[in-house]
Amino acid sequence: MNLDTRTAVAWITRAADDVRADEARLTSLDAAVGDGDHGANMTRGLAAATASFAEKPPATPGAVLVAAGRSLVAKTGGASGPLYGTGLRKAGKALGEAEQAEPAAVAEALQAMLDGIRELGEAAEGDKTMIDALAPAVAAFRDAVDDGADLGAAARAAADAAEEGLAATVPLQARKGRASYLGARSVGHEDPGAASTTLVLRALAEVTTEDAA
Amino acid sequence: MKKLINSPDSVIADALRGMAAAHPALSVDHDTRVISRAGGAAQGKVGLVSGGGSGHEPLHGGYVGPGMLDAAVPGEIYTSPVPDQILAATKAADGGAGVLHIVKNYTGDVLNFRMAAELAEDEDIRVSAVVMNDDTAVEDSTFTAGRRGTGATVVAEKIAGAAAAQGADLDAVTRLVTEVNDRSRSFGIALHAGTVPAAGTPGFELGPDEVELGVGIHGEPGRERGSMAPVRDLVAYALEAINADRPVGGDVLVLLNGQGGTPLIELYGAYAEAVDWLEGHGATVTRNLVGNYITSLDQAGFSITVTALDDELVRLWDAPVETPALRWGR
Repeated sequence: MNLDTRTAVAWITRAADDVRADEARLTSLDAAVGDGDHGANMTRGLAAATASFAEKPPATPGAVLVAAGRSLVAKTGGASGPLYGTGLRKAGKALGEAEQAEPAAVAEALQAMLDGIRELGEAAEGDKTMIDALAPAVAAFRDAVDDGADLGAAARAAADAAEEGLAATVPLQARKGRASYLGARSVGHEDPGAASTTLVLRALAEVTTEDAA
Repeated sequence: MKKLINSPDSVIADALRGMAAAHPALSVDHDTRVISRAGGAAQGKVGLVSGGGSGHEPLHGGYVGPGMLDAAVPGEIYTSPVPDQILAATKAADGGAGVLHIVKNYTGDVLNFRMAAELAEDEDIRVSAVVMNDDTAVEDSTFTAGRRGTGATVVAEKIAGAAAAQGADLDAVTRLVTEVNDRSRSFGIALHAGTVPAAGTPGFELGPDEVELGVGIHGEPGRERGSMAPVRDLVAYALEAINADRPVGGDVLVLLNGQGGTPLIELYGAYAEAVDWLEGHGATVTRNLVGNYITSLDQAGFSITVTALDDELVRLWDAPVETPALRWGR
């Protein structure tokens, strides 16, 4: 299958649902290393994104992601709004005007998301940020597509890689964002941004797998 | 935790209604949450905008008025405002001579103000920005997001407001704010954490005899946990940290700031110790502020900001100002 408009809307809607369901966990992860508002902020931003689809239905999968990105920038606040928002807008722009995106095009879009977030946040792998989940996920998605996987299988590979990346943030010391002020005290906790990134990628795997079934 | 609120969701909206009711010289847009001067932007004057998460009152809305800011933009509690809000504030402050964004160094604030500046430039408003990072408690290194913006922001907003009122152009006002940042160092110590209304519990735990040395304005950890001590010793710890980073000397301005949960009688006691310490180290305190100027909700504790003065900064500091939280000379 390809990523079409309906599946793209389903992805962001599922991500909004999953983040809301897990808001308390994201909040407690953030309370340990930051200021405890990541769950509430992501829930607010993703709810605004899904509301925008109802208000003005996007015509292409690219338009879905651009609209979601705009809503996240406009409603989330903090650092996660600009970072997720820019990432989704870049991904949407990479998809262009096409009504359907093949798995290889989705791989390009995820790469554009990663590049956009990396550039804006000036973070690298190992800094204990969302990049630690997103970078391995994007690589796993591309590898799966290169090996001939369909969209659902590639998305599952990406979500699995994100989960491994998230677990690998536990022993790291934060070097970006508010958690960096903890220094050595940031060690021993999952990074909240990597946790929400994992939820968003797992949502993509869920909707593309269900559609294929 | 008891809070004087209707509900955690309405804290900011209720406070903005109160600001509007108390201060007719301010215009409060309850949709965009922009606080600006009721008379609108002065044509030909550089516009000054600041903002950041709520919870630091009177920063920044309490500093809007003649001789200081043109507009302030509060975000959710401890969360930066979003680009659309900052753009609205920038437009409200634009009198055709450009707008300066005074930004505290937190990742969210820096990213959202940067995005807003790009939006403003799309609308042909010239924007420059200075990122304040006066907090000596954390190292400015590749291992952190850099030093945080704290008390020097109040000083910078006053100096910039005076310069803009006297006709300085955007480059000159930008240079002055950068200079205030360079000449200022701050250090905070918390006795008890503040409580974010939506969280309902204190942001961090301190034992009965513990203090957080180098605490940030959102309760971020500092250098270390220390033991409770007489105010003389706590003030000396803070000033030693400041002095080690930028040696004190000559005429200085001291902001002895309360974090929101410490009574003024204790802040004056701390100020007396600060003056003694500084004069014992070759500096003369010629200007001061003592009180709650950049708070952290109900966090108990204080911060000290020391700004090295020169004649131009003194002249601008003494210039008239008329805002809810600072007013003199008019």
